[in-house]
Amino acid sequence: MYALVDCNNFYASCERVFQPQYNGKPVVVLSNNDGCIISRSDEAKALGIPMAAPEFKIREMLKQNNVKVFSSNYALYGDLSQRTMSILGDFTPNVEIYSIDEAFLNFDGMNIPDYDDYGKKIKNTLLKGLSLPVSIGFAPTKALSKVANKIARKYPERTKGVYVIDTDEKRIKALKWTKIEDVWGIGHRMKKKMKVKNILTAYDFTEPFYESWIKKEMGVIGLRLRKELLGESVLGIEEPANKKSIAITRSFPKQLYDFDSLRERVSTFASVCAEKLRKQESCCHTVIVMLGTMEHKTPSTKQYYHNSITLPFGTDSTLTINQAAIRILEKLYEENKGQRFKKAGVIVTQLTNTNEKQLHLFEEENPKHLSLMKTIDDINKKIGDRKIKLGTQDAKTWNMKQELLSARYTTRFDEILVVKCH
Amino acid sequence: MSLNSKHIKQKLTFFTPDFESEIKIPYINQGVSAGFPSPALDFLETAIDLNKELIENQKTTFYIKVEGHSMIDAGINDKDILIVDRTLEPSDKKIAVCFIDGEFTVKRLKLEKNCLFLMPENQNYEPIKISEETNFMIWGIVTYVIKKI
Repeated sequence: MYALVDCNNFYASCERVFQPQYNGKPVVVLSNNDGCIISRSDEAKALGIPMAAPEFKIREMLKQNNVKVFSSNYALYGDLSQRTMSILGDFTPNVEIYSIDEAFLNFDGMNIPDYDDYGKKIKNTLLKGLSLPVSIGFAPTKALSKVANKIARKYPERTKGVYVIDTDEKRIKALKWTKIEDVWGIGHRMKKKMKVKNILTAYDFTEPFYESWIKKEMGVIGLRLRKELLGESVLGIEEPANKKSIAITRSFPKQLYDFDSLRERVSTFASVCAEKLRKQESCCHTVIVMLGTMEHKTPSTKQYYHNSITLPFGTDSTLTINQAAIRILEKLYEENKGQRFKKAGVIVTQLTNTNEKQLHLFEEENPKHLSLMKTIDDINKKIGDRKIKLGTQDAKTWNMKQELLSARYTTRFDEILVVKCH
Repeated sequence: MSLNSKHIKQKLTFFTPDFESEIKIPYINQGVSAGFPSPALDFLETAIDLNKELIENQKTTFYIKVEGHSMIDAGINDKDILIVDRTLEPSDKKIAVCFIDGEFTVKRLKLEKNCLFLMPENQNYEPIKISEETNFMIWGIVTYVIKKI
């Protein structure tokens, strides 16, 4: 048996943990730089606030409806996510963390007489211990547990947030209820193709008639999904694998057009990428830099420029990655002079394990980088906030626009909750 | 370091020590003189970790700072840090962090037949009676107080 545990409106719910006065009130959370809406409480959804709406476009409406708006507080969400996942680990040792607010559980080899009851125990433990509401779907396969989860989420009164697909009757009923675009792994493009073929529900997808078409269009992935929906488990709990690429991209509070400011940003993103590489013990072979011009008013003028360098050796050195990133930036900047940029990013990809590093015959990195990087990481870890920087990075920290940020209640000792004893 | 013992007469092989190792070994100050080894060595343990000693349920425990004086007779003063466990069940006489009418507060719980009171521990403050209408929740149970002397 599998389960999918999904935290309801995770970011908005996290904000309520230390500010319960917003329970039952509309709450939204904004993306980096306070750009768009990325999480909405049920009450905010009921007001018709669309996901991904730019904040400035609906500012008046938010105000009129007394919607509480928060900047995203990833320190808080990250900590509460870790606590959630770790509590799930008390209910089964087989947990696959699927995203910051979702996890697959597997119960093979465990003796659980009543899954509905067990699910409610999980749900109540998280609600009491962390004030985080979740929906849980149980089913014999991962894809079906996603379907069961959707039902639990859609009908909280009837299901109490937990739904179990444990008979073929329930499975068929659930598949007929599930729209094809809501099936795990069916993207927008695939959805269109399906509609043309008259595959409208998950049930249609499992009809024998379509099997060969699915094979032709989606290959083995589609066939696997079909099997999963038919109740045959082919996807197991996945071991945490290292990321295949690391990307740091940010939009700027103001448009940038001078090279020095852009170089500072790209340099900082490159340094963070390198630090993340070292943390997961990977080396990258390719560095990509991306610049974006963006106008909210006319999305058609949105443009991205990017270029990449493939290195002769794998590296996790801040210096090497930074050098490559700046070389790319120089080229991009030269090619697009006069543009105003609203966004930039550094992506490192083609990752290999550091300990499997191949020795290159002619070109090799200065071996001194290794110990230098280790020293920088150690010092930054000790004093925090990435105090040791490259010369190309600014001394001042570039703050994101986060005017509505809540405290980092769980990760900063000087920001913990204050309780009044009156 | 090791020695190539087979050919020890002919040559000594020197190995450079590896300083990259991350493994931390407890420091044993035993000196090098021969003699009776310290009996304490058999009992060498890791240092005391307050996180482990004071926190039973790591995943649902939070630190909270006190502002105000309503609990001074219970030893809870202004600016003290509380360790608050949200897993523990509230019961009579426990000190709890409560959320009442839009604000957090710390009080001792007093359960009387079908009635709950939030008791201050300072004679200048009044008990609060929790009625059906009160917008109220018990957020967590205080397990320790940390104070700076």
